[in-house]
Amino acid sequence: MRERMDDRARNPPNWRPGLTSISSALPAHAAPAARVIVRHSALVRVCHWVNAICFVVLLMSGMQIFNADPQLTWGQTTNFTRPFFSLTAREDDNGDPVAGVTTIFGHQFNTTGVLGASPGDDGSLEEHGFPNWATLPHYQDLAMGRRWHFFFAWILVINGLVYFANLIFRRHIRELWPSLKDLRDIPHAIVEHVRLRFPTGDEALHYNVLQKLAYLSVVIAFPILVLAGLTMSPAVDAAFPWLLTLFHGRQAARAVHFLLATYLVLFIIVHLVMVVLSGPINNLRSMITGRYRIKEAQR
Amino acid sequence: MSDERLIRPAPPRLTRRKLIIGLGVGAAAAPLSGCDAGSPQALNILEKAEAVTYAVQRALLGPRTALAREYSPGAISPWFKPNGSTDPEDPTYVALRKDGFKDWKLEVGGLVERPMKLSLSELRALPSRSQITRHDCVEGWSCIGQWKGAQLSALLKTAGLKREARYIAFFCADTLEQTLDNTGKYYETIGLIDAFHPQTILAYEMNYAPLKVEHGAPLRLRVERQLGYKMAKYIMRIEAIDDFKKISRGRGGFWEDRGYEWYAGI
Repeated sequence: MRERMDDRARNPPNWRPGLTSISSALPAHAAPAARVIVRHSALVRVCHWVNAICFVVLLMSGMQIFNADPQLTWGQTTNFTRPFFSLTAREDDNGDPVAGVTTIFGHQFNTTGVLGASPGDDGSLEEHGFPNWATLPHYQDLAMGRRWHFFFAWILVINGLVYFANLIFRRHIRELWPSLKDLRDIPHAIVEHVRLRFPTGDEALHYNVLQKLAYLSVVIAFPILVLAGLTMSPAVDAAFPWLLTLFHGRQAARAVHFLLATYLVLFIIVHLVMVVLSGPINNLRSMITGRYRIKEAQR
Repeated sequence: MSDERLIRPAPPRLTRRKLIIGLGVGAAAAPLSGCDAGSPQALNILEKAEAVTYAVQRALLGPRTALAREYSPGAISPWFKPNGSTDPEDPTYVALRKDGFKDWKLEVGGLVERPMKLSLSELRALPSRSQITRHDCVEGWSCIGQWKGAQLSALLKTAGLKREARYIAFFCADTLEQTLDNTGKYYETIGLIDAFHPQTILAYEMNYAPLKVEHGAPLRLRVERQLGYKMAKYIMRIEAIDDFKKISRGRGGFWEDRGYEWYAGI
């Protein structure tokens, strides 16, 4: 289990009688020889799922927290007149919300029903940054949102520290760090991905360059996201004033926190799509049991 | 809008009410009283993290009197968002306000050697501090303002804390939520570390002018290393206490009673 992928690539393939029987059940002429490798170490698998659960809770409670002040500005303080991003509701003469408006750099978009104004429990339009169905708890409750957020933030951080220890001390980073050859291969890899042709044979023993870059970006984004979150704390700011300098202010840190969370959401969407397109069962199994079947190149 | 909701919280739901009851024993102070966390059903898993968060913040700030960042006059926000009560209708306050707080006196009592009543001019005579700091609301926004006021440490030294004193409680003139049992009156409590922090002041001046009603006239608290809801406005009485469980709903403050953290460092 502890061997690294590099070793696996060099050594004879990791045959596992129990699993190879799966492929031998296929008609002999159609079955390309299949190798089954241990793609993810137990530690990486556990970290992945703990992280996934934490991220969902943090995202939903984060949207609850964001709803208490659904706008973003740069710098130390809030620019109430010109936030660069805001979710607001347009109201009629009675003060009832009639439309949800998303404002990005002064450009307004009608997002009624989802952002700015969305149906409440009774179905009528209410002013919410993010809709009830996306937040935790589902009704407006900043205090509870914070409680969920901070609890799961601790789990995320502890889980992240374990993952980073593995990354560094057990050199997991080598599986993610792209080589020069990898980088030169980016255009080719993009073309192959667009054609939904994924690496096979020995090439599939490693992450391809796009995977490496995507996973690496997540590994980098998480600590920055956590630091930006901490910079919103007046106590942490007093202890480490350099954080305010690093992020150009508390509101800027809030914006960075939000934007990185958005980036991670985009990553997860692409991630899930790729999981489905490149063999969902095989991929899921590799993240649960570790076993990943290498599809051999067609000759 | 968003603060409107904070001022008038949605009708309590069973789950939330249960939760608040379940939290029971001033669990915000859990790190201070780790052993009396209460019966198993009173334990709220999520709130467990609050004790960790508090302990870590304390450890980070340590015994050092790390100061909150102070800004230059140019950084002062053109508009400082008033929040919570902005125009208290409580009769006592309205009467005091009518003649410019001439008759207002700050009561200092509880576990002190020398209970006293101080007028605004007497407060102004105490050692003061002026600071331009960032006000961070729990909702998420920030404003920068200049504050000048008597250092709470100076006042507490004058009054003389008794040995049993552990917290300083601030009782305010404003009722932020109408309730039958008077638990809607604003109040706050802070620990002695923050009470004696040099930036902890009883502000009577904001942005180089007397404190306005919307920001807590005649006197508000500044606790710069915590969130805005700790900074009680319209202060009438200060008490040194050994425990806040007996006050109001027992969690150490108006918003704390409604599910927010007692230590509002994050």
